Amino acid sequence: MTIGSGQVTPEQGKAMRERVARWSRPVLGLALPVGLAVVWEIIVRLGLSDGRLVPPPSRIYQEFSELAQSGELLRHVLATLLRVTVGFGLGTVAGTLLGAVAGYSALVRRVIDPTLQGLRAVPSIAWIPLFILWLGIFETSKVALIAVGVFFPIYLGVVGAVLSVDRKIVEVGRAFRLSGTAMVRRILLPAVLPAYVVSIRAGLGLGWMFVIAAEFMGASEGLGYLLIDGQQLGKPAEIVASILAFAVLGKITDAIVVLASAPFLRWEDTFRAASDD
Amino acid sequence: MLSLERVGKTYPNGVHALDAVTLGVAPGEIVVVIGGSGCGKSTLLRAISGLDTPTQGSVLLDGTSITTPHEQIGIIFQEPRLLPWLTVAGNVGFGIEDRPKPERAERVAHALDRVGLSEKANAWPRELSGGQAQRVAIARALVPRPQVLLLDEPFSALDAFTRVDLQDHLLNLWNEFKPTLVMVTHDVDEAIALADRIVVMRPHPGRIADEIEIDLPRPRDRQSAAFDFAKRRVLSALDRSLDRAVGIEYPEHKAAQGAAMWW
Repeated sequence: MTIGSGQVTPEQGKAMRERVARWSRPVLGLALPVGLAVVWEIIVRLGLSDGRLVPPPSRIYQEFSELAQSGELLRHVLATLLRVTVGFGLGTVAGTLLGAVAGYSALVRRVIDPTLQGLRAVPSIAWIPLFILWLGIFETSKVALIAVGVFFPIYLGVVGAVLSVDRKIVEVGRAFRLSGTAMVRRILLPAVLPAYVVSIRAGLGLGWMFVIAAEFMGASEGLGYLLIDGQQLGKPAEIVASILAFAVLGKITDAIVVLASAPFLRWEDTFRAASDD
Repeated sequence: MLSLERVGKTYPNGVHALDAVTLGVAPGEIVVVIGGSGCGKSTLLRAISGLDTPTQGSVLLDGTSITTPHEQIGIIFQEPRLLPWLTVAGNVGFGIEDRPKPERAERVAHALDRVGLSEKANAWPRELSGGQAQRVAIARALVPRPQVLLLDEPFSALDAFTRVDLQDHLLNLWNEFKPTLVMVTHDVDEAIALADRIVVMRPHPGRIADEIEIDLPRPRDRQSAAFDFAKRRVLSALDRSLDRAVGIEYPEHKAAQGAAMWW
């Protein structure tokens, strides 16, 4: 095989393919949902369907902007966000502390892990009746449910991460005579961080799932309430608007976690760091 | 002065890895421990480092008994074991975190210069080659200026060229403040290139079979007749150290044993 002067070198060709791929991948991913939305809009506009049960994009947008302008959207979003924040915070603190202790101490692990593994097998929604009896039907029971949902992935993630820290790296710490706290700060914490971020993200995702369940069980505000309201009043556009709000909020909070942890994980992001120039 | 007094180690599973090893190492001396696999070389080194404690006997450094890692004893492992979340400079300075920042920066820069990796100071460990990573590990172990440096087959995972290069680097660094070196290897050339004294070990249980003084001047010419002669002495000592085990457990190896004696 020969390479003539007019031909592109393999490197140039590769760079070009990568540039095309960088743009074509998201475009390809968007083609299906955008295409379906446009087709549905056209069908409704042409009068082939009344779009009552499946609202076209324009009607969803209209609903969205009405909710936004009346301040309703903000009120519901803030109510939901507050519940998720408090529940996620409590679940994260509890999951992190118990996970760290159970990972560090074999004795504690033997005592608490079987119980927690058993409780994990209970679908969290099953707690709702009990939480309502114990904590009432207002905020406390909702926050508790979210906290329980967030707790388990974080607890499991932290225990697993602590247990899988490389013995050889720990030995480096011992060889340099690190004290217990220095060992935690300089070896264990950084070693555990990547897996911890993953479990935080999983916990956050479950937090958003459980806030809906919590708001279904009786709330006067919140995006979950808006969903139920849309169902009971037969307003599918309101339901879809709420779903979209959930999607946006979930994505934003996840991105915050990723961005906040990125500076501490620069060493770890191997493939991207190596291929970007 | 590092001294081992009848150091023995029996693991909880009953394996008798080390039996009554007595050895004195003078300050600044380079002792290379060599022997077949399973003869307790690494066990011996870990006992000196304080990472493991011997079940019999004791390890003394200037009269102090070593039972836990000691600030005057550094260790380099078979793998670089760099901390992936610290830059190269961060790894090198890992053991002198308690010093003031300017002193730390200066000592790290000096150590990196000595191993020829100044331009890699801000690189991540994943960006280094195997040889570079092991050079960083050497710098990390030497920066706290230990009196004794232990090396557990530090170059065995590297290719032959890199290995010779790193042996030279090590000797250069040793020259600077002459710590005591105790190195474990299974590479006879490496042992002769570095050692003042070679300790040959025999297995089941691990103990000292022979000690060979290497009094060739440094730098040593690996092609010289004297180097070759030393190599024969070490090889025949190794043969002798394995004889007993060969005779009892592997009679079919008799032919191989004869083949090793043709010279």
